[in-house]
Amino acid sequence: MSVAESTFRREFPVKGGDFAKAGTAACEIKELLKDLGIDTTTVRRAAIVAYEAEMNVIMYAREARMDLTVSPKEIHLIIDDRGPGIPDVELALTEGYSTATAEMRELGFGAGMGLPNIKRNADVFAIDSEVGRGTRLEITIRTNGHGKP
Amino acid sequence: MIALKDVLALLDGELLTPTTAPEAAFRAVFASDLMSDVLTSAEPGSLLLTGLANFHVICTCSVADLAGVVFVHGKRPAPDVVAEARTKNLPLVATKMTMFEACSRMAGRVEDGGHVRR
Ligand SMILES: Nc1ncnc2c1ncn2[C@@H]1O[C@H](COP(=O)(O)OP(=O)(O)OP(=O)(O)O)[C@@H](O)[C@H]1O
Ligand SMILES: [Mg+2]
Repeated sequence: MSVAESTFRREFPVKGGDFAKAGTAACEIKELLKDLGIDTTTVRRAAIVAYEAEMNVIMYAREARMDLTVSPKEIHLIIDDRGPGIPDVELALTEGYSTATAEMRELGFGAGMGLPNIKRNADVFAIDSEVGRGTRLEITIRTNGHGKP
Repeated sequence: MIALKDVLALLDGELLTPTTAPEAAFRAVFASDLMSDVLTSAEPGSLLLTGLANFHVICTCSVADLAGVVFVHGKRPAPDVVAEARTKNLPLVATKMTMFEACSRMAGRVEDGGHVRR
């Protein structure tokens, strides 16, 4: 199947706390995008976004659905989680801000770079969070050379 | 580019994945124990030096197109981590050198931005 022909859609469930399976969704998404014939730079950006978002669900939320849609012009990712939500979204988007626990840091996370990195790799980025309910990220990455370099 | 065999020699390293491409070479070097730092700043094709030896390192390399890993300070990944790297054809090296010493040894081969000297 080539990107030009159709719109591709797929859902990935992610479970909070499931560190053993961390990265599964992102790696699957990466393989899918490669198979769709999207260029390596764009695939890499999408995979990084997916991985950071997946890790945040695993570290902070209870569960989420990752929704991938690929159309001829763009890759669209929605990560909608049920979890504690983020009290101060602007603060959470600041480089270096992290509430990761000591255990998470030992695993190599908690640089406070995930959300800023998602934003940086996205052409369109939206975050919506409600304390006590959950967080929703919506990311668009344009393909076909219309995106960022 | 710096060749895998030169990395092994410089760091007195042991290749944990004898079946991965022996002719592997890297165009840049990056060192960190924080995976988000790697995802933010390491260039595709880089060699990663790290003190972390879990599954997430392999996954991070695969997501960000890194080309090899050196585990410093005697850290050794578990057999299933090595197996995962093998399926991804990602060469893994173990060295007893500390992060500082390993970086110092590599430093002579890299210049601005961690790019390997031409
Ligand atoms: N899905 C989420 N639900 C609840 N809180 C979140 C969520 N995502 C992020 N946060 C909060 O925002 C902070 C910053 O997130 P970010 O991904 O930038 O950094 P980090 O996860 O702490 O570290 P890193 O991503 O570098 O490993 C987190 O520490 C956490 O407090
Ligand atoms: Mg994060």
